[in-house]
Amino acid sequence: MNNTGKLKLSSSELDLDRPNIEDYLPSGSSVQQERLGKLRLYMCDLLDISPSLFEAAGAIVDDSFTRCFKSNPPEPWNWNVYLLPLWCCGVVIRYLILFPFRVLVLTLGWIIFLSSFIPVNFLLKGNDDMRRKIERCLVEMICSFFVASWTGVVNYHGPRPCMRPRQVFVANHTSMIDFIILEQMTAFAVIMQKHPGWVGLLQSTILESVGCIWFNRSEAKDREIVARKLRNHVQGANNNPLLIFPEGTCVNNHYTVMFKKGAFELGCTVCPVAIKYNKIFVDAFWNSRKQSFTTHLLQLMTSWAVVCDVWYLEPQNLKPGETPIEFAERVRDIISIRAGLKKVPWDGYLKYSRPSPKHREGKQKSFAESVLRRFEEN
Amino acid sequence: MGNTSSMLTQYDIEEVQQHCEDAFTQQEIVSLYKRFCQLDRNNCGFIPSDEFLSIPEFAVNPLSQSLLRMLDGLNFKEFVAFLSAFSPRATVHHKIEFIFKVYDTDCNGKVSFHDMLRALRDLTGPFMSEQQREEVLTRVLEEAGYTKDSLLVLSDFMKILGNSGLKMEVEVPVD
Repeated sequence: MNNTGKLKLSSSELDLDRPNIEDYLPSGSSVQQERLGKLRLYMCDLLDISPSLFEAAGAIVDDSFTRCFKSNPPEPWNWNVYLLPLWCCGVVIRYLILFPFRVLVLTLGWIIFLSSFIPVNFLLKGNDDMRRKIERCLVEMICSFFVASWTGVVNYHGPRPCMRPRQVFVANHTSMIDFIILEQMTAFAVIMQKHPGWVGLLQSTILESVGCIWFNRSEAKDREIVARKLRNHVQGANNNPLLIFPEGTCVNNHYTVMFKKGAFELGCTVCPVAIKYNKIFVDAFWNSRKQSFTTHLLQLMTSWAVVCDVWYLEPQNLKPGETPIEFAERVRDIISIRAGLKKVPWDGYLKYSRPSPKHREGKQKSFAESVLRRFEEN
Repeated sequence: MGNTSSMLTQYDIEEVQQHCEDAFTQQEIVSLYKRFCQLDRNNCGFIPSDEFLSIPEFAVNPLSQSLLRMLDGLNFKEFVAFLSAFSPRATVHHKIEFIFKVYDTDCNGKVSFHDMLRALRDLTGPFMSEQQREEVLTRVLEEAGYTKDSLLVLSDFMKILGNSGLKMEVEVPVD
């Protein structure tokens, strides 16, 4: 039996950006191997592809990744004689009374903000310290106006963040309003994807003043540039505390996807923040594939209220012997438990791109090894 | 099934149930319909291959390409029929027939050495050389009483796989 063909072991190192996904994939991946526990290799072992088929069919019927991005389906409860008029009253109140009032409040807020921000920005160009302090207060104020415009009821728990160097804040991400809700309490600097339209305009003018960092998901080299900017920001004593959403994308507030390790390898303290929205009032998940941010905001402004809880949790440091990825997972654990979210082993960026072929290779390798090993017995 | 509405009528459900030979209960068919609509985002009446590949668990499966060929352009009735092989009520005969169809790419009722080699290639990837695969397959075929030029039909598959416990049952989540 000629067995000189050595196993061509793949030299692909595991993608260091994420923990070994093979550990999370359904255990069916080892079933193909178990079945070959008998010594010799038979025809049925080669032809039986049922374990792989079983996994594929399982994924077609239901998969944990799509579940993370499902919005709440609107529940029709008003299809009868007495509930329908009540619901109609509700609609009238929300759209014709609350909504215009909220728009008014928001406009008022913007007027106050712009009439103070623009002069301060120009006049106090020399006096940086003073200017920053005032701008910070103004940004906090406009965020409070935003929150008021959705009748936001936010319960903050835990010690308020303070301005100290060498610390970053990480939070789970449901919608862009997460940022506004947190910014209302403390003027954070944030790292964001640059958006088009009026949001982009806001980002380049006002958010610049609190010190924001931009990234571009589609550029590959971008990651190193951003990592450098992050490091510089955290070292600076005068910079606002940095807020990062390590999931990298909006998730529907029932699950957390894997955290990117970027925030956890800056060599500083990580302060976790957990945010949980109360779905009874409104589903705050921004399904960016389904609606634009403007539509999302309008939807919020025509709902009854946005109710959420924000927990500022105990700051964490990298433990000796812990890798940044393990650190990220540990912090994700802390946030998920506090906010009652389920953990899911997928990378949020899979929303935008395919998984790399390396993940398939684990299964292929184990099957190939057992085939060859048993073939030796033939 | 009505492209515009997302509602199934009782008549639709019964038609689908009949088509898949009662492999699924009516509740399961409703759940499958919700899933079908979720994947068929643009309401085309079928699920585009891209959508299947955006399910990470499916995309990393070694047999995803072969399955995509079978899933291409299926409407809901055919989709349920496709999945019926994975129902707990499916017979062993049905499951083996499904496996046969995965191998038989040109749908001529015969599986050649080439077909089996292709499947083996998908399952082992870069971890076996082509020569090793051919060697293993030829040898095991000969030991089973076939040759390299044999064309296997469904009854051969039945004979070979009839006694192995095929674990192919998928549970449809019902709300």
